[in-house]
Amino acid sequence: MSKKEKVKKVKVYKKKPKFLRRRKPNRSRGGDFFLSIFLTLMALIMVAPLVFAISSSLKPLDELFIFPPKFFAKNPSMDNFSDLFVTMGKSWVTFPRYVFNTVFLTFVGTLGHIIVASMAAFVLAKYDFPGGKGFFRLVTVALMFNGYVTAIPNYVIMNKLGMIDTYWAIIIPAFGAPLGLFLMKQFMEGLPGALIEAAKIDGAKEWGIFLHIVMPNVKPAWLTVIIFTVQALWNNGATTVIYSEEKKTLSFALRQITSGNAIARTGQAYAVSIVLMIVPIFIFILSQSQILETMASSGLKD
Amino acid sequence: MKEYFQKLFIMRKHNFQVALKQARKMKMCYLFLLPFALIFFTFTILPVFTSIFLSFTYYNVLEPPRFTGLTNYFSLLLDDEIFIKAVKNTFVLAIITGPVGYIMSFLFAWLINELPRWIRTIAVIVFYAPSLAGNVVFIFAILFRGDVYGYVNQWLIELGIIDTPILWLINPQYMLPVCMGVILWSSLGTGFLSFVAGLQGVDPSLHEAGYVDGIKNRWQELYYITLPSMRPMLMFGAVMSITTSFGVHDITAALCGNPSTDYAAHTIVTHLIDYGSTRYEMGYASAVATLLFLVMILCNKFVQSLLRRLGT
Repeated sequence: MSKKEKVKKVKVYKKKPKFLRRRKPNRSRGGDFFLSIFLTLMALIMVAPLVFAISSSLKPLDELFIFPPKFFAKNPSMDNFSDLFVTMGKSWVTFPRYVFNTVFLTFVGTLGHIIVASMAAFVLAKYDFPGGKGFFRLVTVALMFNGYVTAIPNYVIMNKLGMIDTYWAIIIPAFGAPLGLFLMKQFMEGLPGALIEAAKIDGAKEWGIFLHIVMPNVKPAWLTVIIFTVQALWNNGATTVIYSEEKKTLSFALRQITSGNAIARTGQAYAVSIVLMIVPIFIFILSQSQILETMASSGLKD
Repeated sequence: MKEYFQKLFIMRKHNFQVALKQARKMKMCYLFLLPFALIFFTFTILPVFTSIFLSFTYYNVLEPPRFTGLTNYFSLLLDDEIFIKAVKNTFVLAIITGPVGYIMSFLFAWLINELPRWIRTIAVIVFYAPSLAGNVVFIFAILFRGDVYGYVNQWLIELGIIDTPILWLINPQYMLPVCMGVILWSSLGTGFLSFVAGLQGVDPSLHEAGYVDGIKNRWQELYYITLPSMRPMLMFGAVMSITTSFGVHDITAALCGNPSTDYAAHTIVTHLIDYGSTRYEMGYASAVATLLFLVMILCNKFVQSLLRRLGT
């Protein structure tokens, strides 16, 4: 009797629906349950302010100041967004100019950063040369520098170089951001050395190896560096190093709309925040699997 | 003793010559490194040294810096009550939001890691979205408005917890806690991504070996297997979280204004900006920057030595 029953029992266990089967033997089901409830709750808390911003941006004027205040819009409309474009049209620097400035800064800054940082990362990761390790240690320390801490001397230096009030004041420093180099180098270290050895045997020079072997293989790292750089440049208000109105960024222009007349333009302020956050979030959603692949090598070894 | 130094010197000289020879052979490497190194030194390393130099001077941009020795530091630490307040506020914020935000990042990353793939993708986006949406902080100023039009006040009144609205962002008693909440909300940043990615890379055979060796529950597994194999990511996350928690300014200024009532939400960076961009006392501001920088490096050393002991 015993053998048959045992076989039956095993079968019954296997027939359990998929979600009841334990993925790992040392997990308690109660723990799974409470932790997933906790996680859902936290996710709701995280996302609630963003949902609030979106729903408020859709509120028509009479609902924005309603009493008692409501979380969701009753009659959603795009009024705030169209108002925003009307206001933007009235500024003496045209709206497309602000858009051009931001897109130009973001594009050139990101492109240059990728080229410059991956060149440096390539030799730091794949060649052992005097000074290389020390340089990289310096970069990891520089990860801690806050932009505000270096702002004053940076202004003085840029002034000496004649970069104040040009696009370069934002673009050039972005080329040398330590985070990009750090991530690139850690990711490139994961590339198999045999790949490079093989190319060397085939007679490729360093430049050729870099262009044809390394760069195509680190595309995930590009995307990650792109998202971080775009995020930094896109939100760059650049009020200290650029003072000509026609060179200012979109995020500066949009914030200015709301800073002058905060109450009357509350609706537009919501619209501004939506416009500003949608681009980085969109890029992140598109590239998130590659970003995670890069971040897997982001560890700081000692 | 003398002999020892002689030998040391000869060895050093030899090493240096070897390095020089090697360097000459690898000219290519330096060429590759040059563009980045040039920009990096000009805009990251040089400013730090300039800042340290300026902190010993009186400098108002218009006149050349005048050397004043340690005056800036003395007046900063002994006479400037507002700076002491700023230090206190920054430390309170950093000591609470730093570790809590760090642990939160790891905890969420760890919990997300057990989910099926497509839920995990959505969860990563949901948890990371607040740090992507940098400019959105001002909506908290609306949520926490001091009158009955403020959403939080309205809810609390409806629930019967309070009967008069609370001046969340004007009353010093509530300013820091509200700021902490908002900082924590946006604290799942680069470190969080690094953790999520790192957890996916932990070797599953280590976990299987753990079952065999009698690891009973998920917490033991976390402590003995997952955390030690995540050490590099934990280090990276620590660096990022120290940087953001001591550099706190954007959120406190956006919520409580600059200057805030009674300087109750004044932070070190706010003080730095106050003296640097409003009063043009660059020497003084540089002293603030130098001190902040020192604190950050010391804190980083401390955290790294803590993390090295993990799981042993």
